[in-house]
Amino acid sequence: MSAIEHIPEFGRPVDNGLLRFLTCGSVDDGKSTLIGRLLYDTKAILADTLNAIEKTSQRRGMETVDLSLLTDGLQAEREQGITIDVAYRYFSTGHRKYIIADAPGHEQYTRNMVTAASTANLAIILIDARKGVLTQTRRHSYLAHLVGIPHLLVAVNKMDLVGYDRTVFERIRDEYLDFARQLGIEDVRFIPLSALNGDMLVDRGDNLGWYEGATLIDILESAPAAHSESDERFRFPVQYVCRPQKADDPLLHDYRGFMGRVESGEIAVGDEVVVLPSERRSRIKDIQIGGRSLPCAVAEQSVTLLLEDEIDISRGDMIVRGDVKESALVTRRIEAMLCWLGESPLDARRKYLIRQTTRDARALLDGISYRLDINSLQQVAAEGIGMNDIARVAFKLAQPLVVDRYAENRATGAFIVIDESTNNTVGAGMIL
Amino acid sequence: MNTPILEPVLPLHPALDHLDWLEAEAIYILREVAGQCSNPALLFSGGKDSIVLLRLAEKAFRPGRFPFPLLHIDTGHNYSEVIDFRDARACELNERLIVRSVESSMARGTVRLKSADESRNKHQSVTLLEAIEEFGFDACIGGARRDEEKARAKERIFSFRDEFGGWDPKNQRPELWDLFNARVHKSENIRAFPISNWTELDVWQYIAREGLALPSIYFAHTRPVIRKGGLLQPVTELTPARDGDVVEQLQVRFRTVGDITCTAPVESDADTVRKIIAETATTTITERGATRLDDQASEAAMEQRKKEGYF
Repeated sequence: MSAIEHIPEFGRPVDNGLLRFLTCGSVDDGKSTLIGRLLYDTKAILADTLNAIEKTSQRRGMETVDLSLLTDGLQAEREQGITIDVAYRYFSTGHRKYIIADAPGHEQYTRNMVTAASTANLAIILIDARKGVLTQTRRHSYLAHLVGIPHLLVAVNKMDLVGYDRTVFERIRDEYLDFARQLGIEDVRFIPLSALNGDMLVDRGDNLGWYEGATLIDILESAPAAHSESDERFRFPVQYVCRPQKADDPLLHDYRGFMGRVESGEIAVGDEVVVLPSERRSRIKDIQIGGRSLPCAVAEQSVTLLLEDEIDISRGDMIVRGDVKESALVTRRIEAMLCWLGESPLDARRKYLIRQTTRDARALLDGISYRLDINSLQQVAAEGIGMNDIARVAFKLAQPLVVDRYAENRATGAFIVIDESTNNTVGAGMIL
Repeated sequence: MNTPILEPVLPLHPALDHLDWLEAEAIYILREVAGQCSNPALLFSGGKDSIVLLRLAEKAFRPGRFPFPLLHIDTGHNYSEVIDFRDARACELNERLIVRSVESSMARGTVRLKSADESRNKHQSVTLLEAIEEFGFDACIGGARRDEEKARAKERIFSFRDEFGGWDPKNQRPELWDLFNARVHKSENIRAFPISNWTELDVWQYIAREGLALPSIYFAHTRPVIRKGGLLQPVTELTPARDGDVVEQLQVRFRTVGDITCTAPVESDADTVRKIIAETATTTITERGATRLDDQASEAAMEQRKKEGYF
C-alpha cells in the first residue's frame, strides 16, 4: 500500500524514558518565562509559533520577544493576562521526553496546583531572588509535599536582578531549608537562575561562575523516573474483563483476560496471586499484550492477566501477590487528606461517590479532624469544607475499597470524590 | 496492505522507554473508556493519528473484538487514497465502521454552506453531533494531541461536552492522577483522547516501531500545487487553479490528511517513515501551522471551533 520499511534503530529508541514535572510560582516569578526558555533552548518551539508570539509581543509594545506568551493557552486567559488552568507542555532532549504541568500560582487556584502535582514526579518551585521565601513558596512546597512529589527543585530566579549575588542565593537556600525541615521535605535541591537570560537552564551562561552544581536541564535529565521509585508491592486494579467467547475457536472459548495496568511492583507467569476483596487465590497462567505472551510485567505496563483457575473477577477488583506481607487493606472506612475542588462546599448530609483505582463506593463524611490553613500551615478547627480547602477527614463507605496509604502508593492511595447530581469531580483525597 | 510486523518478545526486566510509557498510558485510557462508558465509538478517519489509535486498540483489546465501532465523519472532500485506506483497514481488523457524511447533513438542511466552495471542515461538528444522537454514543475516542495547538494544551484527557456538544473551557472536570471521570447524564457525552500526551514525533516513531501502514499521500509524491500565503495549495477538482495562478509540479507530502480544501502539503522528498522522522525532528514549523489553512485565521480559531462542538 505504501512505502513502509522496518527500521531497527527506530524500532526501540534507547532513551531514558519520560519525566513528568510541575512548575509552581506566580506570574511575577517568571515561571512562564522559565518554561518558554526551556522549550526554546531545547528547540521545542517552532518558527511559526515564535513568529506568532513575536507579533503579539510587538502589539503589546514589548521590545523583546515575551517567551511567557508560549504558555498562555486560552482566549479568556489571554484577555485577562493570567493563567487560570493547568496546561501541559512537551519537549524532548533526545535522551528523555518531558511533560510539564504548568500550574498557576494564584492563591484561589490550590485545586489547579493539586491537579498538576498529582501526576508529577518532580516539582520546580520558583522563587524571585529579590523577594525570597514568600507565603506562596511555603504553600507551593507544602502542596507538592502533600501530593507526594518525591523531588523538589527550588529555582532562585531573577538572579540577574540581584547582581548574580551568591549571598542572596545562599540566604534564600538556608531560609528554605529551615522551613522544609519542619515539613519533613527530604529531597530538595537548589539552583540559581536567570530564566530571562537563560543562565543555568540549558546553558551555564557567564554570570553564575560561583555555582558549581548541575544546570536545570542536567538535573531533569538525571531525576529518577516515577516507576523506579514506586512501591515494590504488586498492585493490579482490574479495568476490564475480556471474554471473546468465540464458540468456533477452542483457544478462545474459555478465554478470560483481566485487563489493567501494573500500578506498582512486578509479576511473572507462575506467581501466586490473591484477588481482593474476594480473597480468592490463583496463579498467573499467562501475561499478554495484544494477544502476545510476555514472561513478566512491570510497573506502568498495561497488560492482560490470565489465571490458572476460573474465578469470578470484575472491574474494580484488585489482583495482588499471594504473600500476606504484600496484601492491601480492604476497608469500609478511610481517613484522608482531602482537597475540595467543587464550587459548592462539601455537604455532610449528602452521599458522594468515591472513585479509587477502578472501583467506586458511595461515601458519607464521618468527621473533619481539622482544616489546614494553607498560608500559615496551621491546623484549624472546621465545621465545613469549601473550594480550595484542605482538610483531614474520614469517610464511611457503603462498599469496601482496596487501599494502601498514599505515602506508600500514590496509585492505590488516591481517590476522587464525584457529586452524582452533576457528575462533577469535586474532591481529591489522599489516604492516610 | 502490509501485515504489521510484530515486535520480538520483551526482555525479562524491560525498562520502559518513552514510547512504551505512552503506549501503556493510551491502552489504560482506552480500557477506562470501555470500562466506564456504555456506548463509546472510536473516530477513525484514515489519518495517521487515528491509525495509531487502532493499533493501540488492538493492543488493548485483542484477542477480543473492540468494545466500540469505528466512526468516520466524512466531509466528502477527502483524498480517495485515505478513504480507500480507511475501508481496507476496518475490513482487515474485522471491526464495524460507521460512516456519516456532511453531505447528508447538507441534504437534511442541518448544514448550510455560505458558498459552494466553503470548507466543510468546521461543519463536521454538526454531522458528528447528529451521529452521536442517532447511535446514542456516550463517548467518542479521538486522536487529538495537546501539542497540536494552544487551545488543546489545557484539554482534559476525558473532555466533557454538554448536550449541545459544546466544550466550555471553564467547565471542565479536574483531572487528577489517572482517575478519569467519564460519568455523564443522558445526552451529554465525553470525548476521550488517548494520545493527548504524544507529540507529532512520538506518533511517527510509534508508526516506525510498529511498522504501521499509512495512506500513500503521507509519503513524498509529485503533485500540482500553487503557492499561496506561504502554504502549498494542492490543485484538485475541488480546488482548481484560477486565472493567474502559477501551477508547479512539486515533490510534496501531507503531514495531516484532512479535508482537501483546508489541508496543505509540505515540500518534501521524504518517501519513507525513517526520512519523515528525520524531517520531523528537524522541522521548524508546527504541524498545524504548515498544513492547516483554517487555523491561520486567528490564534483563537481552534478554541472557537471546539466550543461549537468540533473535535
